[in-house]
Amino acid sequence: MTKSLNLPYLAVAAIAGAIFGIGLYISGMFNPLKVLRFLDFTAIPTGGWDPSLAFVMIPAVVVMFVAVRIGKRREKPAFDTAFHEPEFTKIDTPLVAGAALFGIGWGMSGICPGPAISLIAFWPTYLPIYLLALFVGSYAGAVVIPSGRDKRLAVAR
Amino acid sequence: MDTFTPLPAAIGGALIGLSAAILWLGNGRIAGISGIFGQLLPPGRTVVWRLVFLVFLVGGTFLASYLLPSLGRVTTLVAAPSWFTAGTPIWIVISGILTGFGTKIGNGCTSGHGVCGLARLSKRSFVAVGVFFVVAILTVTITGIV
Repeated sequence: MTKSLNLPYLAVAAIAGAIFGIGLYISGMFNPLKVLRFLDFTAIPTGGWDPSLAFVMIPAVVVMFVAVRIGKRREKPAFDTAFHEPEFTKIDTPLVAGAALFGIGWGMSGICPGPAISLIAFWPTYLPIYLLALFVGSYAGAVVIPSGRDKRLAVAR
Repeated sequence: MDTFTPLPAAIGGALIGLSAAILWLGNGRIAGISGIFGQLLPPGRTVVWRLVFLVFLVGGTFLASYLLPSLGRVTTLVAAPSWFTAGTPIWIVISGILTGFGTKIGNGCTSGHGVCGLARLSKRSFVAVGVFFVVAILTVTITGIV
C-alpha cells in the first residue's frame, strides 16, 4: 500500500525531516537545559522560569491543525494511497502509563525523542548511551505491548 | 541562551508544524519522532523513509547551527542531581529507557501526541500530553535536576 520507495515520497520525508531539524535548532529545543528550564515551575516565583517551550508548541499545533483541515477535504495524501491515521481511539491503560513513564524520563534529562535525534548533530557526551537506552526501552515496550492491532486491542481491553 | 526567547521559539515551532504538515499532506504520515524511530526494527518496507527523515533531521539541525552559530551548541547532557550517587551515565540510561518504553506503549511523544495529536483533536493525545507534561514538571521539581 505504501509507495515507500518512489522518489517524490522519499523527497517529502527528506524535506520534512530537514525542516523539523532546523525548527528544533531555531526554537532552542535541541538544548535539554532550555527544556528543563521550562519544566522547572519552581522557578516561576523567582522570575527564572523560561516559557519558550509553550511558544514553540502553539504555532506548531496551529500550522499542523490547518494541514489536518486541508487533509480532511482530500481523499489521500499526494504520494500515498491513504492517510495513515492512528488506529487506536480509546483512552486505555498503556496510553496513560506510557505517558507517565515518558514524563519521568523526560523530566530526568530534558530530552525527548525529537531533540535526542537532532543532538546527533553535536554528539554531546553521554548521547550515545542515551540513544542506546532509548532504543532498548522502545524495543522492550514493543515486547510488552505487541504492536499488532488485534493483540494491542486485546491488551488494552 | 537559557533565557526566554519567544521569537525564535515561535519561528522554530512554526517550522516544526510545517514539517508535520508536509509529511501529512505529502505522505499521510504522522511526524512523531518516537514512532519514526521506534519502528525502525524489525526493518519493514517503511524503514527507508524513516531513516531518510531521521538523517535529514540531523542534517537540518547541523545546517542551522552552521548558519546561525549564535544559537549555540550542546556539548554535554545535563548532569544527574548531586544526591544521585550512581553518576550521570546511569541517570541518563534510566531516562532513555523510561522514554523509549513509555513512548512505545503510549504510542507517542512530544511531537506525535504533542504537535500532531493535538492538531488532530485526538482525545488520546490530549490525555497523553496532559499526563506527560504534569509528570515531567513534577519530576523536575522532585529531583531538583535544574
